Amino acid sequence: MVLSCTDVRKTFGSHVVLDGLTLDVGEHEVVALIGASGSGKSTLLRCVNLLAEIDDGVIRLDGEDITDPRVDPDSVRQKIGLVFQSYNLFPHMTVLDNITLAPVRVHKRPAAEARDQAMEWLNRVGLADKAGSYPDNLSGGQQQRVAIVRALVNSPRLLLLDEVTSALDPELVGEVLTMIRELKGEGMTMVLATHEMGFARQVADRVAFLDKGRVLEQGPPSQVLGDPVEPRTRQFLARIIEAGRL
Amino acid sequence: MSPSQYEPSAIQQGRITFRRRKAVRSVLLAALSTAIVGTLLGVLVTGAPGWDRVRQSFFDPRIAREWLPEILEGLWLNLRMLVFCALAALALGLLIAVLRTLRGPVFFPVRALATLYTYSFRGLPLIIVIYLMAFGIPGLRLEGTPSVTVLGGAAIVITYGAYLAEVFRAGIESVHPSQIAAARSLGLSYRQSMRFVVLPQAVRRVAPPLLNDTVALQKDVGLISLAGPIDAIRMAQIGVAQTANFTPYVVAGVLFVLLALPLIAVTDWVTLRAARRQNAGT
Ligand SMILES: Nc1ncnc2c1ncn2[C@@H]1O[C@H](COP(=O)(O)OP(=O)(O)OP(=O)(O)O)[C@@H](O)[C@H]1O
Ligand SMILES: [Mg+2]
Repeated sequence: MVLSCTDVRKTFGSHVVLDGLTLDVGEHEVVALIGASGSGKSTLLRCVNLLAEIDDGVIRLDGEDITDPRVDPDSVRQKIGLVFQSYNLFPHMTVLDNITLAPVRVHKRPAAEARDQAMEWLNRVGLADKAGSYPDNLSGGQQQRVAIVRALVNSPRLLLLDEVTSALDPELVGEVLTMIRELKGEGMTMVLATHEMGFARQVADRVAFLDKGRVLEQGPPSQVLGDPVEPRTRQFLARIIEAGRL
Repeated sequence: MSPSQYEPSAIQQGRITFRRRKAVRSVLLAALSTAIVGTLLGVLVTGAPGWDRVRQSFFDPRIAREWLPEILEGLWLNLRMLVFCALAALALGLLIAVLRTLRGPVFFPVRALATLYTYSFRGLPLIIVIYLMAFGIPGLRLEGTPSVTVLGGAAIVITYGAYLAEVFRAGIESVHPSQIAAARSLGLSYRQSMRFVVLPQAVRRVAPPLLNDTVALQKDVGLISLAGPIDAIRMAQIGVAQTANFTPYVVAGVLFVLLALPLIAVTDWVTLRAARRQNAGT
């Protein structure tokens, strides 16, 4: 198992967001997290990346308990990439500097080498001509691809993607989806939170439905999205179909 | 179609002509109204019954020429003080602002002291700080007490450091928490996130008010004359006493304005650029 969450509990005051959640992710596996708004998808990803502290349970990365307070969170985060819904690029840095910041400052790689690697990636995603631009001058789809590249240049063991397409116009979604599908082909282990059931169906090996702070139902996309067992999953999907997002 | 082939349409040409005419008319109007206001002011001042006496005791060209070199010499001290105090106050302000952001129980005393400092020194008038530092500290008769000039400078640095710390803090707080989350998620430590992500954005945002405070500082540097060092104002005071004429003060005043002009111009330019950047982002 690359990632294994066991009985994870997370509360905000009296509000219990994750209530004994258990989820495993194997090597090269792509897991899609679905669930209503507020069901805790983002919270789970933030907990895995140690941006939020869990209140109970254990999260393991490659078997190591990363929720042990003696573990250095910075070294854990270096192995986990997280891409945010709102990109969160650094507006005062060029695209290239955004991408090379962590390789140079955290991983202490020579600047020239980090640049070459960044340019290679930008070439791959068709953004080489934007290397010197500032994020404000890029379209949403371009910014999101840069954000994904920024996470990838650290060669993470695990990539967490939080609704990476939800802020994008439909035409721009395609660019990002293509990129994620390619990553899957290369064997990247990924957990992605999404409201796009079509996206989940296309790229995920497994879909996990979050409800009341737990994984209520999980399995292959065709089963969970096509023939769900749990009534609450069915309700959720029915609402989504009504909204025209399936 | 290549750009060189583009010819503005008749409608666009009409617009261009109209705008050009409007611009010419605006310039003429501005010139005319300036001339009228200027003439009125001139008549009002020079026509005043006491104008001759005022001119003699404030605008005597002979005294101005005589005292200019000495006041300039004093200004050299102001200039050195300005550069040193501005840099030191900026550094102190930044340090205090960063200390105030530290979280965790270990840093409680640091945080509390930094907060106490910004609260008290923003309330304390600069003149009192200068008196306390320049006359109080030598009174202790400690070994190696620095000169009054240094102590006066330190008073300015301490007072302005408190203001600048608050400006920096406002800047730091205006950086959205998601920026820190993004930096941390890449594996950057708290210090690295501050240094490479938060502070550069914070400083850019508060550059206009920081520079504005520096302009205020350049004026207040003159207050050290109260403690004794012979700066431009002190020299002008001596001149006034010797000549029984206020012209040296006017000379010092004009020099201070000239000294401030470049700084003010830079401030305006930075403010304008910041506003443009912000508008471009939306
Ligand atoms: N920092 C916080 N303080 C208090 N409550 C929070 C905080 N972060 C999240 N929550 C709450 O936790 C719950 C889960 O939020 P979360 O963002 O994980 O949901 P989500 O499944 O990602 O929703 P969406 O699909 O809308 O992104 C919500 O009810 C939210 O209000
Ligand atoms: Mg979310």
